[in-house]
Amino acid sequence: MGAGHAHKLYVHGHSPVHALPPHTKLAATLAFVVVVVSTPREAMWAFALYAVLLAVVAHRARVPAGVLLRRLLIEVPFVAFAVLMPFVAEGERVDVLGLSLSVDGLWGAWNVLAKGTLGVAASVLLASTTGLRELLLGLQRLRLPPLLVQIASFMIRYGDVITDEMRRMRIARESRGFEASGVRHWGVLAKSAGALFIRSYERGERVHLAMVSRGYAGSMPVIDEVTASRAQWSYALALPFAALAVCLLGWTL
Amino acid sequence: MHVPDGFINAPVSAAAGVVAAGAVAVSLRGARRELDERTAPLAGLVAAFIFAVQMLNFPVAAGTSGHLLGGALAAILVGPFTGVLCVSVVLLMQGILFADGGLTALGVNVTDMAIVTTVVSYAVFRTLVKVLPRKRSSVTVASFAAALLSVPAAAVAFTLIYAVGGTTDIAISKVATAMVGVHVLIGVGEAVITALTVGAVIAVRPDLVYGARGLQQRLKLRVNGELVDAPAATAPAPARSSHRKVWITGLVTSLVLAGFVSFYASASPDGLEKVAKDKGIDAKAKAHASEDSPLAGYGVKDVSDARLSGGLAGVIGVGVTVVAGTGVFWAVRRRRPADTSPASVPEGV
Repeated sequence: MGAGHAHKLYVHGHSPVHALPPHTKLAATLAFVVVVVSTPREAMWAFALYAVLLAVVAHRARVPAGVLLRRLLIEVPFVAFAVLMPFVAEGERVDVLGLSLSVDGLWGAWNVLAKGTLGVAASVLLASTTGLRELLLGLQRLRLPPLLVQIASFMIRYGDVITDEMRRMRIARESRGFEASGVRHWGVLAKSAGALFIRSYERGERVHLAMVSRGYAGSMPVIDEVTASRAQWSYALALPFAALAVCLLGWTL
Repeated sequence: MHVPDGFINAPVSAAAGVVAAGAVAVSLRGARRELDERTAPLAGLVAAFIFAVQMLNFPVAAGTSGHLLGGALAAILVGPFTGVLCVSVVLLMQGILFADGGLTALGVNVTDMAIVTTVVSYAVFRTLVKVLPRKRSSVTVASFAAALLSVPAAAVAFTLIYAVGGTTDIAISKVATAMVGVHVLIGVGEAVITALTVGAVIAVRPDLVYGARGLQQRLKLRVNGELVDAPAATAPAPARSSHRKVWITGLVTSLVLAGFVSFYASASPDGLEKVAKDKGIDAKAKAHASEDSPLAGYGVKDVSDARLSGGLAGVIGVGVTVVAGTGVFWAVRRRRPADTSPASVPEGV
């Protein structure tokens, strides 16, 4: 299909992290984020250690720091929200530079910033070391319902096709002198969206017929079962276990 | 509105994850009934459509623009179960691939943006379609209202989740005002775009709009100069019964939601009274101590207010939702084997 075999977030490479089976990476990422979220926010040093752990993984995966940092920009909207927190939160207040800020709000802002950033960084690392197909195989291996995996794989496979169709419709509109500048033009755009829906749905029907004619009977054949050795599991789970140690320290200290 | 990691505490995130998983399981079964074995390709393509249409920018004025969220649109175009699935898959992929929304907050995000929007919008839509005259324009009106309500409903759901498991002590009334206020505006845009889009699809392929299936005219035969109803095909019968069930479910859900919200609204003065009675002196002393800060005046009042009313409303609300959700789950599961097995056999042949 039009999508090619890699998504634009994937950083091609042959590092040990790239080579890990996808489901171990998914499990490790999820476990890491869960550990990070359940760390007490007062243990500031723990979050620094988590960041160091992620930096080690990024180094191992040979993901350039610039790429990682640029992708972190996706969380800018939350940052804006977090900045507001100290002003609107309740509880005792403290004066910083002449502004009266809520102590709890400051902690909350720190909490969201630290945990959110670490979570985004972990997801970005996962996405940049794991191809799309692998990711779907990993989800399937982690016992996500097969139908859900199939839907996800169709969405991924045809996402670029549909987006391209939308782009062609935009070019067609623009080449006829249309320029959307305000609410008055919503009708035209909504008609495009409607046409896009009809095209997507009809494409789905055609895809289904093509599948049926090739023997599809409700489930996809599994032709490449991914497996992980014990060594690969322990290599992948080193990250969440290290994080768990930090977390336990954070609770006890 | 994608919730990041660390915004909602771990137990509530886990609970939301369980709710989301249950709802997705129900939707998987329901979608098989809506689409039978075409589920995977069609739901996948519709998910791709939702994903793409979220990138279609609708200019508002002077450089600002908005985009569609798509929950209401999906529910009306392809049915509530498939709608929940499509939006959930979009959220899952956004979380894993684009780091948009935290992985631990996935349950919260799915509950909030996939389930609440879809269920509320479909309940409103179905009710209005039943009430309004059987015309195409009433489908457009109903989809407008459905999308209009679905976005603030998601904001209310988020506020409730925040009330139970928010990691920062912000007065719930403030969160609610900010969230609902902003999302009412977003809802207006969503409503206009959804109604226009549904209208555009109905104009071309009315048979594709799930919500408008009841509006199709019966096929008539002219026999000896008289119009006679053609023998009905086998397909509409299960579809109609399923509609009614979904309609009733939606109505019950919306009733629960309404009771929920009104309780929440009436609980605030209640909590305030109680606190004033119990801890009157305490609250006053605190108010005096920090009087120099500008927000302190109503801040302290709000703390007690938020703690009691928010917590209470949240806990009771979650209880009610869980009970209702389990009820729905049971109802759907009990009916399933009897319903599908005879219907799906002739389809497969």
